[in-house]
Amino acid sequence: MNIPKELKYSKDHEWVKVEGNVAIIGVTDFAQSQLGDVVFVELPDELSTVKVGDSFSVIESVKAVSDIYAPVSGKIVKVNQALTDSPDLINQEPYGEGWIVVIEMSDSSELDDLLDSDAYAQLAAEGGH
Amino acid sequence: MTVKQTPLYETHLRYGGRIVEFGGWSLPVQYTGIKNEHQTVRTKAGVFDVSHMGEVVVNGPDALAFLQRLVTNDVSKLERNQILYTPMCYKHGGTVDDLLVYKKDADHYLLVINAANIEKDWNWMRENAEEFDVNLTNISNETAQIALQGPLSETIVSKLTDAPLSELKYYWFMPEIDIAGKKVLLSRTGYTGEDGFEIYCCPDDATYLWDTIMEVGRPLGLLPAGLGCRDTLRFEVCFPLYGHELSADISPIEAGLGIFVKLDKGEFNGQGTLQEQKTNGPKRRIVGFEMIDRGVARAEYPILVEGSYVGVVTTGTYAPSLDKNLGLGIIQAEYAKVGQKIDIEIRGKNVSAQVISKPFYKREGK
Repeated sequence: MNIPKELKYSKDHEWVKVEGNVAIIGVTDFAQSQLGDVVFVELPDELSTVKVGDSFSVIESVKAVSDIYAPVSGKIVKVNQALTDSPDLINQEPYGEGWIVVIEMSDSSELDDLLDSDAYAQLAAEGGH
Repeated sequence: MTVKQTPLYETHLRYGGRIVEFGGWSLPVQYTGIKNEHQTVRTKAGVFDVSHMGEVVVNGPDALAFLQRLVTNDVSKLERNQILYTPMCYKHGGTVDDLLVYKKDADHYLLVINAANIEKDWNWMRENAEEFDVNLTNISNETAQIALQGPLSETIVSKLTDAPLSELKYYWFMPEIDIAGKKVLLSRTGYTGEDGFEIYCCPDDATYLWDTIMEVGRPLGLLPAGLGCRDTLRFEVCFPLYGHELSADISPIEAGLGIFVKLDKGEFNGQGTLQEQKTNGPKRRIVGFEMIDRGVARAEYPILVEGSYVGVVTTGTYAPSLDKNLGLGIIQAEYAKVGQKIDIEIRGKNVSAQVISKPFYKREGK
């Protein structure tokens, strides 16, 4: 299972890549493997605001419907429209072309509550709970 | 409730199956991925563990009379070694279960019932058997079942038996044949819309048979297949799933299974209601629909026409063979015509869809 060292992780299986005051968000390799074949992604509106823990997107696999929760608060400044036609990018490149949104963070101290790759690896090894 | 394991539980782990709980059983939802397994069954073959299904033996001089009362299809038409698909109804016409009836002899039948319904069916059968001279035996725990499904099924099984498989027609069975040296009952049945077999065996033989089938089938592309693709496969051919398209609240006529309801065969449970529904048309029907706007319909989502509630989704998912988001739902009969525009309420939003004809997928040839 791929858990890049340079990313931060939420307990809900989102990854966060910090670039200055923005955070790129996606779901982890572990999460996509658990979801199975992704067939639909409901994306949020650009410029909408989210708070930590808000469900801002829904990923549907063949059998399951899963909410995606905001790991940080802020404004959604970019949405990955490629997922509209190719939702399976989430399976193929969860950390690359399968990214979901970019959030302009309103409180970067929230990043301290996220897991590092070692802590996330342990969470995933325990079955993800 | 304790979650039960089939005799193949360890085998599933060995083959990389991802285990989930389904109707009280621990079973693999997938191995390599639902879409991949689905396409493999459609184009090559897949092997499924269906040992969780229930089996009840009916024997005795009144076996036929009892079954004729119990189920809606006409069991008297069966020949020895032939199989009948039939709903089983309550007196009010709702469905207790849908099942297969295997005729072993004039006074000896095998019923194959849904796993989640075993106890309910058993009680219902016992209650109905009181006025008949029959013996019922629940052999569910002593029976394992492996389904091999897909166009290469016959090629694969033929490598393991001398039995004349090409002579075995759809919905017929061989009561006792050797497969890989084990005695099994083999039927040409399945729930995927593809050609295939179901193998009933002793639980102790299940792992050996599974491994041997995989060994001879793997070079031809055979894969182990899980519950996930079993559902997408049966959904594409619009076979009903109990608890979704059939239930105590949904009659076989409403489900579009009228051809399995024989009103002229003599008295049976639910006959009055089913006769009335067949004559006047049911008030609700199961329809197939295709999403027009983006979204995946799921079971229990409301179906609306011009803002009014007209029914509910019974199964909805992505259909891998068709690359479309499709659904089945039960709606008021006046909206059941092909081409009817409907909305599916998905997470509070109305997403447009359209009634289309069933089945969504039909295999070519045999």
